[in-house]
Amino acid sequence: MKDRLTDELVAMRVAKELVPGDYCNLGIGLPLLCASYAPEGVMMQSENGVLGYGPLYTSDEIDLIDQDMVDAGMRYFQYVPGMSFFDMLTSFAMIRSSRLISILGGLQVSEKGDLAVHSLSDDERTTRIGGSMDLTWGAKRLIVAMTHNAKDGTPKVIRQLTMPVTAKECVNLIVTDIAVIEVTAGGLVLKEVAPGWTPEEVVAETEAPLAIATDLREMEF
Amino acid sequence: MADKITTAAEAVADIKDGSLIAANFWGPGTPLYLWRALAEQGARDLTVCINNYVPRAEELREKGMPDAALLLPQTRKIISPFCSAGRSEVPTALEIVRRIEEGTLEFESLSHGLFIERLHAGAMRLGGFYSPIGIGTHIEQGMEKRVINGKEYIFHEPIMPDVGLVSADKADKLGNLVYHGTARAANPIIAMASRYTVAEVFEIVEPGELDPDIIVTPAAFVDRIVLIPDDDIASRNRRIERLLANIEYRQRRAAEAEAAQGGAQ
Repeated sequence: MKDRLTDELVAMRVAKELVPGDYCNLGIGLPLLCASYAPEGVMMQSENGVLGYGPLYTSDEIDLIDQDMVDAGMRYFQYVPGMSFFDMLTSFAMIRSSRLISILGGLQVSEKGDLAVHSLSDDERTTRIGGSMDLTWGAKRLIVAMTHNAKDGTPKVIRQLTMPVTAKECVNLIVTDIAVIEVTAGGLVLKEVAPGWTPEEVVAETEAPLAIATDLREMEF
Repeated sequence: MADKITTAAEAVADIKDGSLIAANFWGPGTPLYLWRALAEQGARDLTVCINNYVPRAEELREKGMPDAALLLPQTRKIISPFCSAGRSEVPTALEIVRRIEEGTLEFESLSHGLFIERLHAGAMRLGGFYSPIGIGTHIEQGMEKRVINGKEYIFHEPIMPDVGLVSADKADKLGNLVYHGTARAANPIIAMASRYTVAEVFEIVEPGELDPDIIVTPAAFVDRIVLIPDDDIASRNRRIERLLANIEYRQRRAAEAEAAQGGAQ
């Protein structure tokens, strides 16, 4: 087994896509780690109703927290100047306004950029859609941060989704633990490979066809 | 002018069987005190419309953690974007699955954006609206679709709750509400959409003490105001207990999961 990038390194690579002045929503799971590596001047949004929230408190700092200041994943954040609070209607108008960069996890991405991310519940008759359908539809740019393969080794970048669709033709960039892949009108393009990986090895782990970028390079963090 | 300030029991006393109840459940801003009062009141066959339906483990439920499933025995339908049903360690999560299987519980799934815009459509007393969210997904199954300016949309009906249970930071005696931090969430929209709105608050002040410029929910939307007693588990004083209980529970679950994984290897 070849070494793959840690979640932290994937998050660091994703964070390089952000520039000061960006507004950004982070999905639950791996994307949340990006907050620590985003450049100063990026304002983070959370769908329960906050823009520009501060760093998170750790569990050692519970004496300091304000229990009415949580992100969508129930983590307590710090007060910072410039932060604003609003209701969910305002929040989802913002999410659908094409002003936010959305970073989501992924269960599967298709060659056309269809995304499956809202996991079905353990029981298939209820769902955990959350805000994912809005975040995928309305994003200025949608970046998926995920492992390249499922736990059982099956590829997650595939020709056609086999899991429930969250949104069609919505993904712009896929950052995984072995590669960076751009979704273009002509199909998927392999832009970067993780250190120690060849493009052929990445292609072998991918079910969807990958064109290899002429300027292919090694991922940097 | 009629006094809106009342007890939780009185505020929920007239809620009828079969009512559609809306509430915000997202950590802070959850109407814990009223939720419990409604469970005690016992209205049945309720439809519960809630942004997060997260049943709690028994020990956290006892410690007063927000638990949407407290009303599960009285519920015949859940409308929610996020439901953690079927988690094996939580009895009420399994109960949801069992009830759906036996046909005594219906579940309607939607996204958080659809949840809030359907409530907003209810607040505006619309007949419905066309939304692009859910095209190409399971949401569109069996729904009316229409092409507008070359784009596909799905028709959604509004949600107009019979009862809105709202959590706010402070009320004045007239029913003007202000919120704090992310406890606002869906509360102001639920207050506007519902035919009967009850607000539970941590503090009640005199008219004039809230700056009119910062009032979020104006008094006209609020029918009853309930003050959470200082010693109740839902009070601000005792929130730290709930937080600590949750942290302790999560850490223990994580340790157990790690131990189980270690054993499997």
